[in-house]
Amino acid sequence: MRNYKNIIRLTLSLGIVSWLALLATDLLMLFGDVNNVRSGVPVELRIALLEIFFIALFFYYKFITGRAEKVNFIDLLWRVFATGLIATMVSLTILLFFRLLGNSRLTENVFLISFFYLVFYGLVTAFLTSTLMVWQQLILYQKSKRLITLWSIFEYTLLISVLLSFVPLNLNGLVYNAVLTVLFVLGLVLSINLKWVAYLDFRQKWKSIMMMLAIAFFLAYFFIDLNGYTEIYGQILPFEMQGNLYISALFAFTFIYTLFSLLVILFNLPTSSVFEQKIEEVINFQRLSQSTQAGYKAEQVYDILLESSVKAVFADAAWVEVNDGSKQLLLTKNVAAEKVPALKQQLKEEYHQYDIIRSLPSRLARINRSQKRKRHKMLELPAYRSVLWFPLVVKNINIGTLVILKELADSYNKEMVGIIHTFVSQACISIENFQLLSETLENERYKEELKIANRVQRSLLPKKTISNEAFDIVAFSEAADQVGGDYYDIYQINEHKFIIIIGDVSGKGTSAAFHMSQMKGVFHSLAQLDLSPDKFLSYANSALSRCLEKTSFITASFFVVDTHEHTIEFARAGHCPTLVYNAQKHQAKFLESKGLGLGIVRNASFDSYIEVSKETYESHDVVVLYTDGITEAVNPANEQFGYERLRVLIEESADNEPQVIQQEIIRNLYEFCQQKILNDDYTVLIIKFK
Amino acid sequence: MVEVKVQITEEHALIVVNGEVDASSSIHLDEAMQQAVGSDVKAVLVNCKHLTYISSAGLGVFMSYIQELEARDIKFILFDMNETVYKTFEILGLHQLLTIVDTEEDAKILTHEL
Repeated sequence: MRNYKNIIRLTLSLGIVSWLALLATDLLMLFGDVNNVRSGVPVELRIALLEIFFIALFFYYKFITGRAEKVNFIDLLWRVFATGLIATMVSLTILLFFRLLGNSRLTENVFLISFFYLVFYGLVTAFLTSTLMVWQQLILYQKSKRLITLWSIFEYTLLISVLLSFVPLNLNGLVYNAVLTVLFVLGLVLSINLKWVAYLDFRQKWKSIMMMLAIAFFLAYFFIDLNGYTEIYGQILPFEMQGNLYISALFAFTFIYTLFSLLVILFNLPTSSVFEQKIEEVINFQRLSQSTQAGYKAEQVYDILLESSVKAVFADAAWVEVNDGSKQLLLTKNVAAEKVPALKQQLKEEYHQYDIIRSLPSRLARINRSQKRKRHKMLELPAYRSVLWFPLVVKNINIGTLVILKELADSYNKEMVGIIHTFVSQACISIENFQLLSETLENERYKEELKIANRVQRSLLPKKTISNEAFDIVAFSEAADQVGGDYYDIYQINEHKFIIIIGDVSGKGTSAAFHMSQMKGVFHSLAQLDLSPDKFLSYANSALSRCLEKTSFITASFFVVDTHEHTIEFARAGHCPTLVYNAQKHQAKFLESKGLGLGIVRNASFDSYIEVSKETYESHDVVVLYTDGITEAVNPANEQFGYERLRVLIEESADNEPQVIQQEIIRNLYEFCQQKILNDDYTVLIIKFK
Repeated sequence: MVEVKVQITEEHALIVVNGEVDASSSIHLDEAMQQAVGSDVKAVLVNCKHLTYISSAGLGVFMSYIQELEARDIKFILFDMNETVYKTFEILGLHQLLTIVDTEEDAKILTHEL
């Protein structure tokens, strides 16, 4: 950036200095001429100064002209116009000056004439160079590699033409002609690059036409004026006045491009509204497709759809009617909402399909196709003689209709139907995205709820370790889902009497979790009654029979531990047989007994299926309570963990602390399953007697 | 994964259960039971030869029909059950309420008794 500024400053000062030097040289030459004294100024110096002036201006304008991507076209044109205007004003002032002085001697003063000539010449050069650079920006708008190469060649050739002044004309007419041809051909080729015109809107086009006209006028005026100077004063002045090849080329090129632009803009005027329309359609389409990200509401999408459709086909009236089950919506444009039912009635008479399509979404596609042509046939309506309607279909469900009305008959063409169809599809996609988004949010909420349920359920189970002077208990419980149906609990009836329960609700997940909490309620109500195991299970069955689902049951094992007597009295309600480890014999065995799950037989006959057993225990004996999630866990080979593995495992690890036994079971279980996710709730409870 | 087929003849309805019945697939078993019980037959037989696993939810399905079958005096017989599956029935105590026999012949003989 700083480099650019330096170059601009350098070239500008070089331009001014060379112009002043040129002026000084000219005046010196004139002075010599007038006084018949040889000034000693070589003609080559003058040519060199002129060329430095051209090149300085060339680069000055090259760097000062902004890029068309950043500056708008009108501003660029305005700059050219303003430069031309200033040059014209100066020229006219000079003209006025000569007129006012009339035939006074001053008007024939060669010094004055020469000075004014040089001022005018400098201004015209500046105008031509700035125009050239602005035209470059316009030509290179949406540039291609080829175009840039062409332009570079053109520029180099122009610079060569500057230097050609040094070559005597008669000596190298061939080079002169070659450069001229190249410039002419390139100039023509470059002049057909007028893509920028397409991006002007209607008003900008008019402005451009006006400015182009002025620029063309300036160019013509300067050309004639410069020639006039040469003709009138050419004889008086001692040096070449008419511009060289460079200036002629600039004149020709800028004029040709101005002319081309003028014509192209003029011919583009009638179609500019179509182009603008297309751009607006694209923008509307974008608004529709980005509505989900932009945080719009569904209603805004329908609104955009309505607005864009009306604009796209220049509709006289339109409405969107939505009924997606949860809400009803009617958005209208240029028609009162109250009139819609009446209009619909009229449409229905003419188009009985209207309702058929609403009620038969599955047949939509077919009807659409066959109706497409009929859709906009003449209507016998007083106001609207063309109707276009589109069903809004989201996830194969028709959620609404877009109806567009026009007063003229047969006024929808294929493109219009196409663009509306695109709008409708995009709107439907956006609506679907909204639905998906809200569903996701809903799911998130459910997940949160389940987390809460999980926390609540964990609080329903007693803490993981219970210790007293008679025994240690370590428990471990894991649910396949967020919540599960496994249950265990312990209750102290008196100093030496404890009751322990383990239960498993059939099924898993939420329904199991609810029944599990019912089980807890039943347990705590009955616990205080100090019942025998069979009585307890009988009451529990009776209570649960009244509240369990038809297909649900609960298996449970119930224990009464007497730490005085060292006895365990128990009954089994369909639960997995309890594993008991005898520390003296180093043997583990399952306590097999008769039993039936709670809630299977929902009457008094349940009692006959229950059997009470009683065992004694010794110090260091272990009782393992578990749920079928352990024994029924399967490995990748579809083998169950089974009872035998559990029994052997207990025999091997039962001499350890209960914590260690429990960890061993879980570790072995996971090893067996090989990290395959367990798909049932599982619980294990280790009771080790002291 | 489970595949449940129902064949209804004049004498009885035969349900063939193949695969595993767990919490999610028990629904198919329930549909089959409903169809069999609703077909006005004197007996419902269940071929368990290829029943590899049954979860508590699956057992719940059988359980839920016990009362209706009794009330309508329809015989309900399961046969050809493998040992693991039988153990599941046994632990829950359902073997005391349901008739479980070894072969289809045994089952058919039972349907003709009484």
